[in-house]
Amino acid sequence: MVAYLTRRIALAFLVMVGVSIIVFLLARVIPSDPVGRWVGIRAKAEQRERARIELGLDKPLYIQYLSYMNGFVHGNWGTSLYTHQPVLRDIATYLPASLDLIIFGMATALILGIPLGILSAVKNGTIIDHASRVFSLAGIALPTFWLAMVFQLVFFRQLHILPLSGRVSMLTAILNPINHITGSNLLDSLVTGNFAALGSALSHIILPGITLAAAPLGLMARMSRATMLEVLGEDYIRTARAYGISEIRVLIVYALRNAIAPVLTVGALLFAESLVSTFLVESVFTWPGLGFYASNAILTVDYPAIMGVTILISFTYIFLNLIVDITQAFLDPRIRIS
Amino acid sequence: MVLHEIRHALRLIRRNPLTLTGLSIVLLLILVAILAPWLAPYPTDVNTSHIASKFQPPSTIHLCGTDELGRDIFSRLLFGCRISLTVGLFTIGLSLLIGLPLGVIAGYSGGWIDEVIMRISDMVLSFPSLLLAMAITAMLGPNLQNAMIAIAVSWWPWYTRLLRSEAISVREKDYIAAARAIGASWGRVIFKHVLRNSLTPIIIQVSVDFGAIIMTSAALSFLGLGAQPPRPEWGLMINTGRDFFLNSWWLVTFPGLAIFITVLSFNLVGDGAREILDPRLSRRGR
Repeated sequence: MVAYLTRRIALAFLVMVGVSIIVFLLARVIPSDPVGRWVGIRAKAEQRERARIELGLDKPLYIQYLSYMNGFVHGNWGTSLYTHQPVLRDIATYLPASLDLIIFGMATALILGIPLGILSAVKNGTIIDHASRVFSLAGIALPTFWLAMVFQLVFFRQLHILPLSGRVSMLTAILNPINHITGSNLLDSLVTGNFAALGSALSHIILPGITLAAAPLGLMARMSRATMLEVLGEDYIRTARAYGISEIRVLIVYALRNAIAPVLTVGALLFAESLVSTFLVESVFTWPGLGFYASNAILTVDYPAIMGVTILISFTYIFLNLIVDITQAFLDPRIRIS
Repeated sequence: MVLHEIRHALRLIRRNPLTLTGLSIVLLLILVAILAPWLAPYPTDVNTSHIASKFQPPSTIHLCGTDELGRDIFSRLLFGCRISLTVGLFTIGLSLLIGLPLGVIAGYSGGWIDEVIMRISDMVLSFPSLLLAMAITAMLGPNLQNAMIAIAVSWWPWYTRLLRSEAISVREKDYIAAARAIGASWGRVIFKHVLRNSLTPIIIQVSVDFGAIIMTSAALSFLGLGAQPPRPEWGLMINTGRDFFLNSWWLVTFPGLAIFITVLSFNLVGDGAREILDPRLSRRGR
């Protein structure tokens, strides 16, 4: 186990270094004019030269990379060319809003997706199975950004029951401002007992949250259907039934426990994927999160911000992959031997 | 023998209503893409605007209404079908072109070459594909061609991995040793034996990926990083409709439906291909 762990962690580290090099090179070849952005287009030649040195652009590429990574490890992720704020501080400002959204969305996907998959497996081949399979396939095939707009049309424009965009209503923000502790609106308003703000925050998160949940929900339903079908075909399930154990108990205690591991694995990776889906969802709902910040950075070619966000997301992705692999190796000795 | 297999596959397709539906829609879409200039009621509306007739709701004259420049949305959707299928085809082709040779080389040569290729593909796969594609299009400049390149660059490792494992399993087979013994060149062994044996998993993977690639390219266009106006690309049509859709729902609804139906039917075909072509799965299903 120790040998496996060492190898796996070393590999993850290697991949992280490689990823950071790729991102760095990508950002450096972006045909933009960082100096011009930094000092303005009317700056004189000597001002530009000073800015070039200030931004470290006069040094060779590998020195620039090493000094970037040195700063990165010590919490200095560069300064955004657009907001003129440290990138790490920008990310810390925008990330909590995204986490609110992702946690709400993933919880919805888990709570609805797994039962849907189980139902589909138990009623295998019936009309219920077909309906839930079509439903989960549809969840995967729906363009996230379009679903977001359809929800706005139906629930805001037609039914007038949910807000169009934003995190809380203007009125709430003025009358019952949320006292920020963690940056998560839901958590902070709950902890401080600000129920008016909690209600407003909840009504604002429903549409973007469900939009974000659609694709993971479909995937989780498909996964849990497949693993449940496999487990339900096992001999020990037949034996359990033969013993007269109630069907519910067979399903939940015997089958689900063995079927759930791969579903949760996929869940961890979907969590990382949804960091990217927020780019699309937040753009439609003007949700001030990481995706909103990142797509702005991409459109304005703000390379320190692009690098910061890209490295953050890919490191999260690698880290979650690592956790998943280690957990699986822990549960299944065959993996660590091979 | 081949005829027998095709007949068997057709029987399996017929028995699976979802696959059959998906396949019919895919065939229809291909037909639409080819015949778009003749099917479209207003074929010139792809590029020309008629400000006088903007924001017309759906009617018998304009099936899906008109957009903010008075262009017939239905006609533009038909031409958009061309774009989406071409993008899918080219992107998959490019990914295969990069991924397959690397996979064969990695699996066949082993050693440090294998190690280097696989670590690079691990690195590429450590980015969520949309994120990498976004970063690359931002670098190359936003247009449809660069979006296709960007998606292919983030996609090839899937094919490399697939072909590598096939190549490794084939490498150890006796008939390869026999082919080598009678003097077959490496090139011949690779193309005749390795590639031919890997055809089934590649077909399955490609049919599963097609929908995802169309979706990714639409997302890039929606973010302003793919197709540029006035191209009738579906993601772009949704993006330009954003400013007006609360009062003119048809601007975004129909292009979105087009993406949804296309991706869904390709996914259905992909699922079906997996069940039919993968004998392990189809046996379990019975």
